[in-house]
Amino acid sequence: MARVIELHKSVTESNDRDAEALRNELKERGVLLINLMSSPGSGKTTLLSRTISDINDELPIAVLEADIESDVDAVKIEALGAKSIQVHTDGMCHMDAGMTREGLFGMDLSGTKIAFLENVGNLICPAEFDTGAHKNVMILSVPEGDDKPLKYPLMFSMCDALIITKMDTKDFFTFDLDTCISHVKKLNPDIFIFPVSAKTGDGMKEWEEYLKKEVF
Amino acid sequence: MHELSVVFSVIKDCVEVAKENNAPHINTVTIQLGKVSGVIPSYLKDCWKWAVSRKGDKTDDIIRGAELIVEPIEAITFCENCKQTYDTIKYAKVCPHCGSDNTYLYQGNEFLIKEIQVDDEMPTEFSDQIDEDTPSPVMG
Ligand SMILES: Nc1nc2c(ncn2[C@@H]2O[C@H](COP(=O)(O)OP(=O)(O)OP(=O)(O)O)[C@@H](O)[C@H]2O)c(=O)[nH]1
Ligand SMILES: [Mg+2]
Ligand SMILES: [Zn+2]
Repeated sequence: MARVIELHKSVTESNDRDAEALRNELKERGVLLINLMSSPGSGKTTLLSRTISDINDELPIAVLEADIESDVDAVKIEALGAKSIQVHTDGMCHMDAGMTREGLFGMDLSGTKIAFLENVGNLICPAEFDTGAHKNVMILSVPEGDDKPLKYPLMFSMCDALIITKMDTKDFFTFDLDTCISHVKKLNPDIFIFPVSAKTGDGMKEWEEYLKKEVF
Repeated sequence: MHELSVVFSVIKDCVEVAKENNAPHINTVTIQLGKVSGVIPSYLKDCWKWAVSRKGDKTDDIIRGAELIVEPIEAITFCENCKQTYDTIKYAKVCPHCGSDNTYLYQGNEFLIKEIQVDDEMPTEFSDQIDEDTPSPVMG
């Protein structure tokens, strides 16, 4: 004999609950968690490095590096004086709230004001999984093209801020900043947009001001 | 793609529910998947097959070999401007009736576990044990 048990349960329900709990707990501890997402090689580590050099003294930073297997990024971050920990996702394409919690609390967060999660390089999966971050920030680099928002609408519509990086290479690519911004604003009218070059430091001030405004 | 992570999460939920219901084995799992949920059914099924047939205790025997049934949900967008609906996959954000982009997804991004179908009998070795030691379990 067989019988049917009805669940009618959303697949992300348990994760959503864990994420909400983590978000509240971090807020109580005064740690702002930022989930940083982009395609592979867009410039997440470079942007973080520059941000750490600029503001780590004022706002101590911790970085959770999620990578399928390597730990080169964590080594780079630590060399700059910020706290860092590497989590390997074992082939999973994104971080969920449970993994984020485990990673974060594997570090000593005392004194930390901002924790960054460098999510796995990928534009589809991380967008759908709440990590427990207070702010979701996406990085788009100039070589990826100004039409990228059209290809990954979900990612652009769920982010609080967008950093358009590698602006120093603009003249070598067919990238029109205004076109890009108008595509993005159409999907997400409230999003903050920061064009920067993590190489030259152009535009970093505005991004860092945003962070200073958001910390608890 | 996040299909694999999603599969693990579905398995976990189903195993939990089956155990709560004293079911010895799950035969099928039915999920409802919106057409713009971002999950690709064929890939999901491949991940599923792999995940429910792993060797040893990596796969819980209660769900070993279970079949995944995917029920698609059409993607429909509602236009706030002309109050009509249209096919999201064909027209995306801009309403084909009036050209407005003041639209929102009405349905189509769902990813739900609908139900599981389970065997109703306790496995022999387990029911033997129950006969000896405890009063017969209350079956639902
Ligand atoms: N010209 C220029 N190059 C940059 C900039 N930011 C990053 N890069 C280069 O882009 C490449 C990738 O940068 P990473 O910071 O490692 O990118 P990532 O997103 O962390 O990469 P993964 O972690 O592998 O996904 C490196 O060669 C950087 O030097 C920038 O603003 N301008
Ligand atoms: Mg990196
Ligand atoms: Zn309309």
